[in-house]
Amino acid sequence: MKGYHDIGGEPAGAIPMQEHEMMLWEKRVEAMLLLLSQKGLLRVDENRRGLEAVGAEIYHEAGYAERRIQSISTNLIAKGLISIEELAAKVADIEQRSDVLP
Amino acid sequence: MHIGHDHPHAHGEPPAGLDPHAPQRDHDDTLTYFRKLEIAVRELLIEKGVLTADEVRRTVENYDSRTPEGGARVVARAWVDPAFKALLMRDATAACESLGFDMNVFDVTLTVVENTPDTHNVVVCTLCSCYPRMLLGMPPAWYKSRAYRSRLVRDPRAVLREFGTVIDDAVAVRVHDSTADLRYLVLPMRPAGSDGLSEPELAALVTRDSMVGVTVLSPVQR
Repeated sequence: MKGYHDIGGEPAGAIPMQEHEMMLWEKRVEAMLLLLSQKGLLRVDENRRGLEAVGAEIYHEAGYAERRIQSISTNLIAKGLISIEELAAKVADIEQRSDVLP
Repeated sequence: MHIGHDHPHAHGEPPAGLDPHAPQRDHDDTLTYFRKLEIAVRELLIEKGVLTADEVRRTVENYDSRTPEGGARVVARAWVDPAFKALLMRDATAACESLGFDMNVFDVTLTVVENTPDTHNVVVCTLCSCYPRMLLGMPPAWYKSRAYRSRLVRDPRAVLREFGTVIDDAVAVRVHDSTADLRYLVLPMRPAGSDGLSEPELAALVTRDSMVGVTVLSPVQR
């Protein structure tokens, strides 16, 4: 069975031509991916597998950086580099803070 | 010409005297689930000493410094220097390093495919969004889109027509599907009417989209 990421050759609509500048947070997602790869902590293939495991809904409906940060967090938890509890506590903390946006 | 920015700026008019490319607030400041996740993961990795804030900042700057002007320099050199072109076709990484590009940032193989009067090349990544970032910077939104990834391999000529590119039926169209480890750059044909132009003038003719292969370069009007 084909994975939901394996879309080459499928029917689809018109190519969306509008350009948009990446936002800083999206660039930071790419920066984390590259740094984790360079440090040997997250191989590109592991990230690909993570992207292909976010679920069809997130894969197709969420934005590009959104599914990539989802993949990063899933991989880091699976590797034990961060825990679900730490992540949940950090997100709760961020929701109380006013300094989190650049 | 700054070809990295030949699109309208989305981030509005900067205040007078400020660099329009300086880091600035994102225009959409909604704190979504995924943005909270990005902040949380980044702060945890920094607290644990896996990354430093400075590394993240410098890596973002490194990405920002890579624009299609890099690829355009490579293309212009290939047009004027047959020995360079031969090396580029044989070992693109070595050729780009000889022009001073740091190719070690990305652990991938770069392959250059040459357009000729008989063959037009165009690049896609059907499985994801692999792109020669070291020479072109970040991929445009359409390159990452479901429509482009799905349709290019099935009917490339129709997709090219959406970009305003009509390839004669007598010319073969080759579609190259990138992988994480193998990235493609298209070497466009040197445009008619460009005889006698300097290498920097030639580089200024080369567009991002022509190096992905969704467009061809227009003849030079003089």
